[in-house]
Amino acid sequence: MVKRVMVWCAAAWLSTLLAGCGYNDFQRLDEQTRSAWSEVLNQFQRRADLVPNLVATVKGEANFEQQTLTRVIEARASATAMTVTPETLNDPQAMQRFQQAQAGLGSALSRLLVVSESYPNLKANQGFQDLRVQLEGTENRIAVARNRYIQSVQQYNVLARSFPSNLTAMAFGYSVKPNLSVPNEAQISQPPAVDFGTSK
Amino acid sequence: MNTVRPVQIVLPRPSLHWVPRRLGGLVPLWALALMAAVCAALLATAPAWGQALQAIPPLSARVVDTTGTLQAAERAQLEAKLQAFEQARGTQIVVLMVASTQPEDIVDYTQRVADVWKLGRRELGDGLLLVVAKNDRTLRIATAKTLEGAVPDLAARQIIDSAITPRFRQGDFAGGISAGLDQLFLRVSGEGLPAPQPATRSGLEGTDWNGLLVFLFVAVPVAARLLSTMVGRKWGSLLTGGGLGVLAWVLSASVVLGLIAALVGAVFALASAGARGGFGAGGGNWGGHSGGGRFGAGSWGGGGGFRSGGGGNFGGGGASGRW
Repeated sequence: MVKRVMVWCAAAWLSTLLAGCGYNDFQRLDEQTRSAWSEVLNQFQRRADLVPNLVATVKGEANFEQQTLTRVIEARASATAMTVTPETLNDPQAMQRFQQAQAGLGSALSRLLVVSESYPNLKANQGFQDLRVQLEGTENRIAVARNRYIQSVQQYNVLARSFPSNLTAMAFGYSVKPNLSVPNEAQISQPPAVDFGTSK
Repeated sequence: MNTVRPVQIVLPRPSLHWVPRRLGGLVPLWALALMAAVCAALLATAPAWGQALQAIPPLSARVVDTTGTLQAAERAQLEAKLQAFEQARGTQIVVLMVASTQPEDIVDYTQRVADVWKLGRRELGDGLLLVVAKNDRTLRIATAKTLEGAVPDLAARQIIDSAITPRFRQGDFAGGISAGLDQLFLRVSGEGLPAPQPATRSGLEGTDWNGLLVFLFVAVPVAARLLSTMVGRKWGSLLTGGGLGVLAWVLSASVVLGLIAALVGAVFALASAGARGGFGAGGGNWGGHSGGGRFGAGSWGGGGGFRSGGGGNFGGGGASGRW
């Protein structure tokens, strides 16, 4: 009888020990990063879905700058061509390619919006203005979703690197997840060169 | 999945075995104290290092005006309007007026406020936030995810353009806000969200049910075994059940729940202690009744003060405008 009591106690002790070194936290945070990532994808998809309408509206404007328009179309095509699986999250290269594609679409779209400023008809077009508001909202949502993903990865990585949960991470092979980054980091860390044409 | 890549974690591996020895001998105590002091000082000054973002005002009322633009009467009127709507529909709407959101733009600032305030009912998350930055001449309607359908970005933009900014341009802030709220009320009312329920907040809200279940399945058999080897099966089970009941009572502040837990615990303990025919004793643990003084309902329903429901998840929905 006493022996069986001992076995029970040992089992209880072991189970609390496993919870104590963060095994459950790893599961929780891993799932959290996945769902945060799904939300990022969701919002990227939302943006990609808006593009065809935008393109159609802009095409209605005669002699719109064709180069800008084709860049948007191409950027959307390459952004939606990438398939993203949960495994992508642990693959820094795939992650980077994906981010590059999305950033390409983002910059093509913002260029389109800037160019559209010089077309009075387009500015007066209610449909275009509506799409613009929706696009703006989507960009905000993307920013929030990205931010939440970054935070959840940060939580996960802190757990994976701090003691004693790093021992659990070692034992189960949980590695640090790559976080989101800015694709053109070197470019934006340089101060912008402002040139008003005086040097010519 | 996770297991594919080799482990890259940097372990403080060599430090594991020398720490205890060296702490006592080589590292003098004053050095440790100095380090601790430096760390504490760094911690205290850390917030000052970051770029000074605008502070988020405390959520003290439904209309928070840090600029003092609204007259007391106007404020009270808006406040009453929002309160009436929340009582009728349950949706929490809050108006925040600040002087400026610099250095952030209004989108980021609003998002930060929304993340802290978490407006909206806990189970539904239906919250709305209207932020007006008076000196920046910008404003934003932020919708929680639940209301992104009721107030799509386009609708928010239309409300801003048609109802709010024309009045703001004439300096009529209270009128603009009021007109905007009317439009928002219409939108939200059309959504068919569940009506608010009378406040029945109990102590159960924060209880970790998973933890309790694990506890029940692990600790109860252990305790039952231990106790039944000590005082016999019947009394051991009763003691276990009683202990669980007291624990549940303390945790949930509910006598009824405590009694239920005691009963379940006793039955469970009896079963796991392998007792035969000891079931009749199950009624013996009703003694937990003696100190039922914690029944008071005074701890909730705070009265006048406004509190956020804490459920709102703001994902960046809404629209901004300027005047």
